[in-house]
Amino acid sequence: MQEKNRGLALFTSLVFLFLLGPLIIISFTSFEPGSVLKFPPEGFSLRWYENIFDVEMFMTTFKTSMFVSLLGNLLALLLGIPAAYALSRFDFRGKGILNGVFISPVLIPGIVMGFAMLKYVIVVYNLPIYAGLLVGHTVLMLPFIIRVIASSLSNFDFAIEEAALSLGAGRLETFFKVVLPNIRSGIIAAILIAFLESFNNVDISVFMTGPGVSTLPIQMLTYVENNFDPTIAAISVLLMIFTAILMFIIERLMGLSYFTKR
Amino acid sequence: MRKTGLYLLLLPGVLFLTLFMVIPIVMTIASTFYQEGSFTIQGYLQFLTDAYFLKIMLTTLQVSLVTTIACVLIGFPAAYYISKLGPRKKGILLALAIFPLLTSSVVRSFSWMIILGKKGLLNSSLLAIGLIDKPLEILYTPTAMMIGLIHLFLPLIIITLVGVMENIDPDLLKAAESLGASKLTAFWKVIVPLSVPGLIIGSILVFVGSLTAYTTPALLGGKQRVISTFLYQNAITLNDWHLASVIATIMIVITFVVIYFMNKLATKLNPKG
Repeated sequence: MQEKNRGLALFTSLVFLFLLGPLIIISFTSFEPGSVLKFPPEGFSLRWYENIFDVEMFMTTFKTSMFVSLLGNLLALLLGIPAAYALSRFDFRGKGILNGVFISPVLIPGIVMGFAMLKYVIVVYNLPIYAGLLVGHTVLMLPFIIRVIASSLSNFDFAIEEAALSLGAGRLETFFKVVLPNIRSGIIAAILIAFLESFNNVDISVFMTGPGVSTLPIQMLTYVENNFDPTIAAISVLLMIFTAILMFIIERLMGLSYFTKR
Repeated sequence: MRKTGLYLLLLPGVLFLTLFMVIPIVMTIASTFYQEGSFTIQGYLQFLTDAYFLKIMLTTLQVSLVTTIACVLIGFPAAYYISKLGPRKKGILLALAIFPLLTSSVVRSFSWMIILGKKGLLNSSLLAIGLIDKPLEILYTPTAMMIGLIHLFLPLIIITLVGVMENIDPDLLKAAESLGASKLTAFWKVIVPLSVPGLIIGSILVFVGSLTAYTTPALLGGKQRVISTFLYQNAITLNDWHLASVIATIMIVITFVVIYFMNKLATKLNPKG
């Protein structure tokens, strides 16, 4: 058995080399002093990091991405928290269907959703592109918000809520003073997971860009089509650091078990 | 709780999704059956009889199938190894698998452009050790797409399978062995069957994900079209919204058919699951 385990261990190391190797390689190439991407880099330079700030579109689209992901997140919370609460707290007819409806944005291919939104939200409803982008990202985030919050509500003992109610607190007061504080870490984790989904989104955003409105991932795609210098590698490193920080916070708040459950 | 209270909690979300998701999707599907005011299935006939469309469809299905099989074959042993580790090591490896999953698909596909390109790491290494004498053309082929997609979805299947395997009672393995099964037999007769639900869910995620992925084929596929890049091309570059809607509908149908049949299979293979 020892032999077999060693074989498996080696195999697993190779799997992780495959998964992480490309991300390590891209990080190294970001320090290349020349203007052609190379591995290993021929020296050490931060010029491509400076270039991120020199190319105005990167800063503009970064701000758009932040704005859309944060505001969309807030909207998704306002819509999602009451829904998650209703779905976990009460039994009622049609609950299964509603559950399905709230999860469905993850089932429909993103690229299809993006196209349908372009057709209806932008063209038929005539929303400005910026608003369409925001709406698209809210739809995208809603299932993640509902799923994560519902899962932390499933660990919450509703007897505590009953106790507060029987002691004379109102429904709303109980919700804000008893239920919400108890699932606080779940809510923050939901915010971060949804934020990452939205911030990295390409499929929906690619249809919602127009004159002057674009998100960072879309701007990166456009840049790669025309340039093959290490700027994207440098942005990638910054994005990975950002991702690692958020992932660390999620781990602290609720563990990473959310990701292993399907 | 009164009914009205319940409705008030659910209504905003339901309205929002109806307005911005359900109506756009339903209307997009409906629009494929109408052209110049009358009912037609011309769009579908056009799709199904055009050799170019069919080739795109075939490439997409091939790439997705190979990606799924590769992810299962690579992911299963790795997940088994991880699930047997102590909590500390398991936590570290899971975190290392989740990190790429949370990393932008643009970053991950771009990293493969650096490796697979004509002057990329792979070619320069192979040239240096003399295995090849002219660079391989990998980037912008279906192979490049597959590599990128395997990289994209392998973590998904690993963490799904670890989640399932963790819950298999280790006493079952001990029992099988004490009854005379070899380690390998015990693995095949206990671990594999009990992992089937996770395997099927993981495969659905990978297959449907590969079928509908946009970024990776757009960056690594070059002029090679798959169904999602073809949808984008028709919608944005060619402005043929009728055909784009037909493609979108076909994508929805395939996705739901795959999910439906795989779920059926899962209940059949594991009635208790």
